Amino acid sequence: MTRVHDMGGRFGDGPISPEAEDAPVFAEDWHARALAVTLASGFLGQWNIDVSRHSREKLSPKDYTRFSYYEKWISGLADLLVDKGVLTLDDLRDGGDDGLHPLAEKKLKAEAVPAALAKGGPADRPSNVVAWYSAGQEVVTTRLAANRLVDGGHTRLPIYASGAKGRILRLHGMHVLPDSNAHGLGEAPEPIYAVAIRASELWASPENPDDEVVLDLWQSYLEPA
Amino acid sequence: MPHDDHDHPHALLPPEPALRVKALETILTRKGLIDPAALDEIIDTYQNKIGPQNGARVVAKAWSDPAFKAALLEDATPVVADLGYYGRQGEHMVVVENTPQQHNMVVCTLCSCYPWPLLGIPPGWYKSDAYRARAVREPRKVLAEFDVTLPESSSVRVWDSTAEIRYLVLPMRPEGTDGMSEDELAALVTRDSMIGTGLPKMPS
Repeated sequence: MTRVHDMGGRFGDGPISPEAEDAPVFAEDWHARALAVTLASGFLGQWNIDVSRHSREKLSPKDYTRFSYYEKWISGLADLLVDKGVLTLDDLRDGGDDGLHPLAEKKLKAEAVPAALAKGGPADRPSNVVAWYSAGQEVVTTRLAANRLVDGGHTRLPIYASGAKGRILRLHGMHVLPDSNAHGLGEAPEPIYAVAIRASELWASPENPDDEVVLDLWQSYLEPA
Repeated sequence: MPHDDHDHPHALLPPEPALRVKALETILTRKGLIDPAALDEIIDTYQNKIGPQNGARVVAKAWSDPAFKAALLEDATPVVADLGYYGRQGEHMVVVENTPQQHNMVVCTLCSCYPWPLLGIPPGWYKSDAYRARAVREPRKVLAEFDVTLPESSSVRVWDSTAEIRYLVLPMRPEGTDGMSEDELAALVTRDSMIGTGLPKMPS
């Protein structure tokens, strides 16, 4: 029901190899470049964070799996630039041209970088949607983890946590709904909660039944228990 | 030429990753859409200015100042913003406190969400398939790979960052640190202890 990026709980990935705490922030120069090109392109204002996440998730399972982290970023960005009409397939094929692009006036300038990064992009919005749940209340997550607005669309309910009983820890506020915002359907803000789910509700062989996973879930991902 | 160019335009760029990045940067620069000097500035910010030293200062202050700690646990965003830590990927902060009964650790199973203003860019292992897949299902085995063993009496709470809320773990203050200054305490706070895959250093 979801896509290749939704890997929580999956078996078979092997051990984790933690780098030293003082390892370089960017293992390769091109990693740094990939991050910076992606961030700078975002400031052209042609998409939002949900659109850009979905672009990486839409990589074919074969590409998603074989690409390293920043290869996903740069490839997702190339796809997005074409999808939004900023670049053409010919630009990618031929290396583009020196004609000034209509969006060039939106270019992020070096002197604007500190303020732009410091400003951030909060996801909370005013909303008239009534918060149905309060701390301590039991809820069940939607049984099928899927975007209900666009088939195969972006959603943030991981499949491992679908159809699970949990309890509300806190209401975070009213946040933009990614399922809508990733597809040009508006921000559709609604209540979002931290929901605690016991390990025994999620896994066949939990390490300790008292362990919990907490997920941040929008109200439309939840039903009363 | 791949048949699915329209679905996957990235296949038109050079396959070697460093060349792929360079090609896209060149195209965007030629069209006046990005400024290479701005890229240098972004890289300098996350390589040299913003990193786990910010989070360590927050933790050391919470260990030293009960009123600060109470405010931090109540609503972290304005509290850390007052210290100058706000911005991209840190717009909605929640701090979760480790206790003898409960250990917290943070993951993003769907991508790589991480509190940039407090910890910088996430390390490679945090973004790896193995960590994303396993942290929610077998946190104790994962912790063992970081040389952390919890007592059986301690439960584990794994925070899967599925939205725009970003989590920072407040580790327990190590024994033997009475009377230490905030700067001395901050030097004990490791990045991994604020993700929940490590513990603070012990005082020497």
